[in-house]
Amino acid sequence: MGLRKKNVLPGFGLSLGYTVFYLSLVVLIPFAALFSRTAQMSFMEFWDTISSPRVVASFWLSLYTSLSAASLNAVMGLLVAWVLVRYHFPLKTLVDALVDLPFALPTAVAGISLTTLYSVNGPLGKHLARWGIEVAYTPLGIIVALTFIGLPFVVRTLQPVLEDLDVEIEEAAASLGASRMKSLLYVVFPNLLPALLTGFALSFARAFGEYGSVVFISGNMPMRTEICPLLIMTKLEQFDYIGATAIAVVMLLVSFMMLFTINLLGWWSRKRTSSAA
Amino acid sequence: MESIHLNVRSHRKRPHSSTTEPKTVQWLLIGAAMAYLTLFLMIPLGTVFYQALEKGVGVYLAAITDPDALSAIRLTLLTAMIAVPANLVFGIAASWAIAKFDFKGKNLLITLIDLPFSVSPVISGLIFVLLFGLQGWFGPWLQEHDLEVIFAVPGIVLATVFVTFPFVARELIPLMQEQGSEEEEAAIVLGASGWKTFFWVTLPNMKWGLLYGVILCNARAMGEFGAVSVVSGHIRGSTNTMPLHVEILYNEYNFAAAFAMASLLAMLALVTLVLKKIIEWKTARDLSLLDDAETAVEENG
Repeated sequence: MGLRKKNVLPGFGLSLGYTVFYLSLVVLIPFAALFSRTAQMSFMEFWDTISSPRVVASFWLSLYTSLSAASLNAVMGLLVAWVLVRYHFPLKTLVDALVDLPFALPTAVAGISLTTLYSVNGPLGKHLARWGIEVAYTPLGIIVALTFIGLPFVVRTLQPVLEDLDVEIEEAAASLGASRMKSLLYVVFPNLLPALLTGFALSFARAFGEYGSVVFISGNMPMRTEICPLLIMTKLEQFDYIGATAIAVVMLLVSFMMLFTINLLGWWSRKRTSSAA
Repeated sequence: MESIHLNVRSHRKRPHSSTTEPKTVQWLLIGAAMAYLTLFLMIPLGTVFYQALEKGVGVYLAAITDPDALSAIRLTLLTAMIAVPANLVFGIAASWAIAKFDFKGKNLLITLIDLPFSVSPVISGLIFVLLFGLQGWFGPWLQEHDLEVIFAVPGIVLATVFVTFPFVARELIPLMQEQGSEEEEAAIVLGASGWKTFFWVTLPNMKWGLLYGVILCNARAMGEFGAVSVVSGHIRGSTNTMPLHVEILYNEYNFAAAFAMASLLAMLALVTLVLKKIIEWKTARDLSLLDDAETAVEENG
């Protein structure tokens, strides 16, 4: 931990010491408990838990609903970010501020609100029911909740990139005879791609672990609408700590893979922008 | 002042006709984006307040002044009052160490600080059950000494501290890294003590980032559901936070009361968004004032 160069500022030992102490107390030791619990179970125990049909069904459900929600958010988030950065319209500031709502609104509040809206008697649900579309208590409802939760990520990762994007490159493309569509597709879009993928990954990661908003709208039927975090909760309520831990470990592996991907994408994005400049 | 700056900026950025879409296309895209935001943000938000007040103001007031509701509000405030300052002190210490000094393992430290963000709330709760639950590491010891953590207030506070752990640090670290340490170095060289330098130089520089981190941390601390749900045991009037109380009322089909409680949390979210916007304006203004000062210095020099 040697200092690289002479530094006149005081407080290195105190601030780093406290940081490491507090980090260990709040995060590292609790995490160690999780991993030591995992180490205590045999591989067969672990495998039996995570390969049981109910757990496998919940993994697939969590995976495909999160992917669907993140994909919808990627497409619509790109549109929202584009509109907010490039166009002028009334109440734009207000709309821009509201995009962060899912970050600030407690998930349980979102959950009961969406469930009320989309249940068969609800203001939106009753119209959809007439078309034979059921949202609440189906996987579609889970996707709706996860879309709400992940909505700000793509918009907020794309906005700064779009703002910094030089209009001159579009002018250059236009003056060289590219159509507007062509210059958007071949000039603008490739510059946005790393940020778009980062936003998608963040949105997916958040959706995959989400509990509060989903638990109300999903109906929690085993094999059908039971997501992974809910299954952990169920196992805990039955005092099946080993089962809960085994599922948690698999979920953590997925989260860490996402974290790694996001860091990689960030690195790609920075490389791209620095080489463009 | 700031509106002039913002206008100048947007004027400069306004694209030329060869680099933008026809008006009709613009309005179509704006319409589609607004439809999406209306469906997924505004209608759900509006529903909370509509449902809360549908049965009348009397029912609403009765719901939020119910003894169980009041005890849930008290517990939520208590939790936030512990979690926010604890993570604030940590955030300041971590950002000072990381932004002002070079040391090995810095990137690892930053990654570890972000860790609670990438963990499902339910897993965050599970971790503390494994630690302090009856079958947990400290479970037998706690039982011997007649101490309760899980299914009691300490567990709720711990889970909340864990979940909101990165918020302040994550706002401060990039901000302080960007600001560098020339000003602090100057103060130290001129003879100021470390604490004096911190309070008179560093703190004023990072005040908006700090406030922003605190606001986000507070919103999450008061609204956390998953992690707290795992460790609380849902004991009415004693280990119920506001979000948990919302769940109980909703599951009892007491929708008016559930939404009344939810509307308080939704208001908290709206206040958070407004404060965030104000801080963004203030930061933009400070930055543009700084730019003006620098241009003035350059012109005179």
